[in-house]
Parts: sequence; structure tokens; C-alpha cells
Amino acid sequence: MKKPRYTPLQISIHLFGWYPLAWLVVRGLTDNLTVNPIQAISQWTGYHAIIFLTLSLACTPLNTLFGWRELLKRRRALGLYSFMYASLHMLSFVGLDYGFSLKFFTEGTATKPYMLMGITTFLILLPLAITSFKWWMKRMGSGWKTLHKLVYLAGITAVIHFAWAKKGDLVGLSGDIVKPLVFAILVALLLILRLPPVRRWASQLKQKTFTILKTKPV
Amino acid sequence: MDNKLKHVAVPSSEITSESAYFSRRDFLKAMGIVSAGALLAACAPKPQPGGAANGTGNSTPVPASDQTDELGDPVNSFDEITNYNNFYEFTTDKEGVARLSPKFNPKPWTVEVGGLVHKPQTFGIEDLLAMFDQKERIYRLRCVEAWSMVIPWMGFELGELLKAVEPMASAKFVRFETVYRPDEMPGQRSPFYPWPYQEGLRLDEAYHRLTLLGTGLYGGMLPNQNGAPIRLVVPWKYGFKSIKSIVKIELVEEQPATLWNAVASNEYGFYSNVNPEVDHPRWSQASERRIGELKRRETLMFNGYEEEVASLYAGMDLKVNY
Repeated sequence: MKKPRYTPLQISIHLFGWYPLAWLVVRGLTDNLTVNPIQAISQWTGYHAIIFLTLSLACTPLNTLFGWRELLKRRRALGLYSFMYASLHMLSFVGLDYGFSLKFFTEGTATKPYMLMGITTFLILLPLAITSFKWWMKRMGSGWKTLHKLVYLAGITAVIHFAWAKKGDLVGLSGDIVKPLVFAILVALLLILRLPPVRRWASQLKQKTFTILKTKPV
Repeated sequence: MDNKLKHVAVPSSEITSESAYFSRRDFLKAMGIVSAGALLAACAPKPQPGGAANGTGNSTPVPASDQTDELGDPVNSFDEITNYNNFYEFTTDKEGVARLSPKFNPKPWTVEVGGLVHKPQTFGIEDLLAMFDQKERIYRLRCVEAWSMVIPWMGFELGELLKAVEPMASAKFVRFETVYRPDEMPGQRSPFYPWPYQEGLRLDEAYHRLTLLGTGLYGGMLPNQNGAPIRLVVPWKYGFKSIKSIVKIELVEEQPATLWNAVASNEYGFYSNVNPEVDHPRWSQASERRIGELKRRETLMFNGYEEEVASLYAGMDLKVNY
């Protein structure tokens, strides 16, 4: 029998990747986007951009911990979905919210730290998305890997952007911070797991676990 | 900027005069059709499942009408006003408040009025509704998050209640407190806020004729998600100053602490007057989105009530006293 073209993980990722957009379209067509639809669109797309960004950051550590190699092949799709929702998020701000009025946008908002942090995140993701294809990977050689390490920075700026957009104080642990706090912890964990000593420790732990599992009598 | 603002402002007599407020109830009474309420109910917006309008009364919300505020902007629909609420005692999700609030029971209800007063008293909500004439007031509400609505409130002036308890000469501020019922208000279980919600006004702000104790909406009782059964409405300040579901009003000598100031003091000051020229540290306050509109509109000084309230802040640096 022929090997199936798509793995279950791949299918799940693509289903989950399009579901937020489908949800938006359905809610939009049924006039179900709350009484403040522009804000609903902005928040929904931004929220999913950070979800996919976090998921793409999770692939490598999960492989280190559990040896799930296929995840490494799925980083690109997750990253591109993150970029897709980040783009829609930016568009909803500049286009829907500010009507492409550069004056309103720059005067009112672009000078605000939370917006600058969001724009920074987008500007980091942009070259990563453009160079995410094999052709670029070959062309850029070792530079490609270096460039794509910028995604760690994007994870950090995205969390700060999220926290600053909410009515709360992440550092002081007060106010509307539950969701930003969850992402801050996740992203911090995923970055820490990449530090060489932690990574070594994690893969040793994995080896030991495997050995125990293998030698244990059934 | 000043000229532009003067252009939209209207004489205080037009805004604060009671007769200038179109009261639907009075109008209906005059027409002798109050008993035809059932007819009106037929075209009323559907209350939320579980009872959006389960305040302490029995009035039926009436549909959105051609009513406008004094600037000519139409009132928001009952649906919009009751399904998009910042009421963190329930949840931070603005659409979720209406879903969670039916569990909240605003009856029986008492409001304790005390502190530096000669006649401290605890009022039942029925007493307050009977003692003071409930009038309709159409006010703009501007949220600190840069969205706004026009809302037809029912209520009475806070000043009337204060006069009834006879404040002492030493009283300088009024402190308000929201009910604390984490069993009925799941948001109050969050450890990230110093519950219960509290707010404050300077005494002259509290006595201002625009300052309302809201007891109703659209001619009916106040729905739970809007702060049943009694809340503050201070239209020239950001919405969070208008504390909901009040159980305690205290006259005090010192400026009281407020919940949002305790959460982030550099972002939410005691005054929190609507001011397009003083930005929130993290976002601009120069423009806002009126719910129901797609284009942003410019935010007005003191939310369009400059003529009435600017004198309260004469000589004050509003950038310092944000």
C-alpha cells in the first residue's frame, strides 16, 4: 500500500490553522462579531498569531524531550500560520480600525509602546516568512539558521505586546494579566529548554527514560 | 482645539435642566398609554436568556427609539448596552458578562450611607426608588479603552442622597464600594485585583448635577450586567469611575483609594476625566469608536460636558491630575 501523503499531525495542523479564519468568516457573515466587530477581529487574529507562534516555538523542545521528530518538519507551517494571523491582525488595525489613515495611525497609536512592540514583532516575522521556503534556505546557507533564530525574539516581543495591550501590570502581577501571563510562562519555558545545558540535561533525561522503559519487564 | 470644542458644547441650561431631558415615562403617562406597555413589549429587544433585565423592578425594556443625546447622536440599542460590558467582577470578557450575570441576585439590596455625616442611614433599594424622583438622562459613556456609547439611564442625582444624610463640614470626598460576592461574581475570585471594587469622587464632583445614581436603563430597571440595582454614572469621566452594584457610600476626609489606581497608578488616576489631550501611557485617547459606528471619532474634552464641568478643575494641571 502506498504511504499516505499527509500525516495525522499535518492534517491537524492545517485544520487548526484555517479554523480561526473560518470562524471569523462565519461569525462575520452571520453578524455575530459582537457589537464592536473591529475590536473582535483584531483581538481574535492577534490571539491566534501568538498561539501559532508559541506552537512553532514548542516543536524543537518537544522533540528534545520526547523524540517526536516529525514536529521539526511542522515548524514552518506553524510559523507561517502565525505570520498569516499576524498580517491579518496588522491589517485590521491599520485598515479597519484606522481606515488606512496614516495620520491617525502614526499620531495616535504608532508612537505607543504596545504598538511599537507589535510592529516590531511583525517586522521580525516578515523576513522569516519570506525566507521560509527551501529555495531561500539553500541560497542563504548557514545565514538562514542565524536569521531564523530571530523567532525567539519575536516570541518575547509578542508576549510583551500582548501584556501591554491589556489593562494590567504583568510585572506587578495585577489586573487583566492571566492570558499574557500564561503565554509569558510558556514562551519562557520553551526558550529555557533551548539553552545548551538545559537541552543536554533534557536529552539525557529522555535517554534514561527510554532505557528504563525498554528494560522494564512487561 | 478650544474653538472646536466650544462649537459642539451646548449651554449648561440645556444639558442639566431636568425638563430638557425627554422622559419617556412622563411622555407615555401624558399620552395615557402606559397601560399599552404590552404593545411596546412586542417590539422590544429580546432580553438575554436568564433575564438581562432582572433588576429589582418589573418594567419592560422598550426598543431603541429615535432618541439622541444633546449633540444629536442616537442612543445605542438595548442589545448593545446589555451585551458589551466591562464588569470585571464577572469576567474580563465583555460579551461574557451578560452570560454570567443572571446568577447574581440584586434583591434584597441595601446601601449603607455613612462616614462623616450627621444622619448615617442604610437604605433599601425600594426606599431610594421611592424617596427620589427617577428621571431619564441620556449620557455619553466613554470607556478608557477608547470605545463609547450613548445610554438612556434612569436615576437620581447623587447630590439629593448626600443632602439627605447631611455631610459634616469635614467631609471632602465620597468613597463608593461594590458588593463582594465571589460565589455569584466569578471574576472576584481572581487574585490579581484588590477586591472589592472601590471608587471615589471629590465632594463637589459628587454634588454636580450631572452626577447620577443610576437605577435603570431604557425606562426599565438596571440589568445585572450594567450594575444592578444601583450604580454611579459620571458622564465626563472614563467609564471605570462609574462604579456598579454599590453597597456602601462613605463620606471621608482624605482622597480614597480606587481599584484601578491600585492596579496601575501611573495609568489610572483619581480624576480620570475624559481628556483627548492626555493619553493613557500605553494608548492614545484622542479618538474613540462609538459602538455601532465603523469610523473613529474625535474624543471631546470632558466627553462633551466641558461647559458644565470644566470649572470644577479650574487652575488644575490635568496632565498631573489625570
